[in-house]
Amino acid sequence: MKMIRVKNSIKIKVSTISVLFVVIILTLYSCTTDDTQEVVTFHNLVRSDEFDKDGIPDPEFWDFDIGNGPNGDGWGNQELQYYTARPKNVVVENGFLIITALQESFEGSAYTSARLLTKGLVEQQYGRFEARMRLPYGQGIWPAFWMLGADIETNPWPGAGEIDIMEYRGQEPTRVLGSVHGPGYCGSEELCEESAVTTTFELKNDRFDTGFHVFGIEWGPDFVNYYVDDVLYNQITPADVPGEWVFDKPFYLLLNLAVGGTFVGGGPNNETIFPQRLLVDYVRIYN
Amino acid sequence: MKSTRINPIKKKTLLVFMAVLGVGCERSISDDVEFATLSTTGEIFTDDFIGLGEDFFRPFVGDGAKPDVFSVDDTEGYESEASIRIDVPNADDPGGNFAGASFIIDGAARNLTEFDALTFWARASQAATIGSLGFGSAFKVAAIDLDFTTQWQQFIIPIPDPSKLTEVQTVFEFSAGGIGPEGQELGYTFWIDELKFEKLGTIAQPRPSILAGQNIAIDAFVGQEFSLIPLNQTFNLGNGQNQTTSVAASYFTFSSSSPNVAAVNENGMVSVFRQGTTEVTAILNGVRAQGSLSLNVLGAFVSAPTPPAREPADVISVFSDTYESLPELNIAVFNGPGFPTGESIFISTTEFDGNSIIEYGNLDFVGIGWEGNVDVSGFQFLHIDVQVAQGLSTSDILNVQIIDFGANGIDDGQNRVDDTGGGFNIPADDLEEDVWVPIDIPLDQFTLPTGGGFAGSPNLTNVARVVFVGNLGVANILVDNIYFYRN
Repeated sequence: MKMIRVKNSIKIKVSTISVLFVVIILTLYSCTTDDTQEVVTFHNLVRSDEFDKDGIPDPEFWDFDIGNGPNGDGWGNQELQYYTARPKNVVVENGFLIITALQESFEGSAYTSARLLTKGLVEQQYGRFEARMRLPYGQGIWPAFWMLGADIETNPWPGAGEIDIMEYRGQEPTRVLGSVHGPGYCGSEELCEESAVTTTFELKNDRFDTGFHVFGIEWGPDFVNYYVDDVLYNQITPADVPGEWVFDKPFYLLLNLAVGGTFVGGGPNNETIFPQRLLVDYVRIYN
Repeated sequence: MKSTRINPIKKKTLLVFMAVLGVGCERSISDDVEFATLSTTGEIFTDDFIGLGEDFFRPFVGDGAKPDVFSVDDTEGYESEASIRIDVPNADDPGGNFAGASFIIDGAARNLTEFDALTFWARASQAATIGSLGFGSAFKVAAIDLDFTTQWQQFIIPIPDPSKLTEVQTVFEFSAGGIGPEGQELGYTFWIDELKFEKLGTIAQPRPSILAGQNIAIDAFVGQEFSLIPLNQTFNLGNGQNQTTSVAASYFTFSSSSPNVAAVNENGMVSVFRQGTTEVTAILNGVRAQGSLSLNVLGAFVSAPTPPAREPADVISVFSDTYESLPELNIAVFNGPGFPTGESIFISTTEFDGNSIIEYGNLDFVGIGWEGNVDVSGFQFLHIDVQVAQGLSTSDILNVQIIDFGANGIDDGQNRVDDTGGGFNIPADDLEEDVWVPIDIPLDQFTLPTGGGFAGSPNLTNVARVVFVGNLGVANILVDNIYFYRN
């Protein structure tokens, strides 16, 4: 990964060469001596799944959430799918983890898919977490690569904290979102007075469902940096969250492909094509 | 199986040709040779026309288009003060009842292979649906029924396969009629700006289709021809919306699994040669098109028995070659634009030695209509000849209905008013696969209520439709000799 370490991505409309020259100088300056920038690097690969072995995902890395949520409410999001661990919904094949969303009646749901998690298997505080993925598309399709605080059993959501490395709405194939949820600021109006802290990243002249892209964060004591490929598009610090900073303990990873839900504005429509597949080339964790 | 026999003369030709090629390979092309390179400019109109030459506006005058509908408006534009202005005429305009034209470059063609879409901004003087907007001639593409509003909006017409656009002369084309009831449409104005071919990079997820994506399985006869239209390409745009376009057959590669049974040409026309079965499919730019045509070729066509001679006063013919039939026959009522349920129906007519038949595949429901209504109250029977083109199980039924438009003489739709209708079930026992069966239904036997909501036992003084309903099991039929009669 080539990382460009700029505090925030800046949209520059270059009108003259002289302006460009100044910008270059400023950029260099900020890269080297800007003391507001958290300059950290995580290059030491500590754990990864390259999905090189066909069959079920590595049981020492991944576990599954099954069903439609503990309260039967689509995992708190009105998601419409029933998660299974069947190969037709989740399998490692030809070097990829493939999560497949199907339109089928199953256990009272109209769709099936899969949700993988590393809870109790792979948990880490701070570091770099990234996945190379090709996303699906279509109204109501909602893949996510995200993290939850490992103490969630004793410290229920949103208290334990959530870091969304990548979320995407299938009806917006050029955009992804990076977010944090914590106590008092989250995606639930019932539980939180404030919204989650979110930034959208939009690809220009490309989209996320036609090729592979790397989605990642660099997470340190006082920041979460979000990047897509070699573009750092957001940094969230304690000053950005309207509540307690809870991102200072081990978190675990989740990978899922939801169908429908409040985040995607309801369910699929008659133009949504099934099956839809989330392809994951690798998941890598550095410190 | 494809025939691979080469006759002796052709073999000789092949050898000579190879020899010439062999010699040719030893010489490289002279450095003096210059290949013609075409312009790769994408812009057509930004604040003015870009390189279209003098005489590029070619209205569809032969089709009745009004010729003088086009101007450049210097007071209107998308973030500018110039745009293409089209004044759609009223239906009664003596100059023509619609606006339609091509922009054909007056000069060298362009190479558009590096682009993936034609884009433009547009607005209209009132909300209006533009019938067709597109480009291309040999590789024609048209977006059908785009909705313009009074606000400027961007529209994107994806290119089905850019590699085909090596030489494009027709860079834009439109066709638009007025708004209102048929024959009384009123005109309006629309403006187009920033018209250009672009490489957006967000045109994705191609889903080409033939036959509206349906897999049609029908019986066929030697000598028959079938079209695979509609031919479409659908892309998902960067804004997440799907855009379907009607595209030329030349974008597709068609194939028949048994080309000696039936072959398909580059225009997508299927010709039936001999008994057997085959499946016709298509590929567009490496993507298999949804939809297929499976033919079960029975051999030579066998016509239904010729109806007996009758006094003209004793027969009202809807469809036959024996009696004089009602005018303005429409064999696809309820299946035109705006009737999406009917899109899955395959409808074809074929004439064998002066005798026409109708073929319905994947029949949902379809009406047969004609001009005016007929009084059949003094008649006894509706006759139809039916050949079932599918396997039959004992519970299968072909449902036939007649609809009467009542004293007001018009289709009152869901309001009913004075419309009445009723159905009659033909059981599988009375039908036979691959054999013509004459059916005579007494007119007082259309007693069943219909799926459309009629109670049954219709009036018979203003009959306007005969309807076939396929969802009770018999969905693939050949039909001939539809007439009312009395003995």
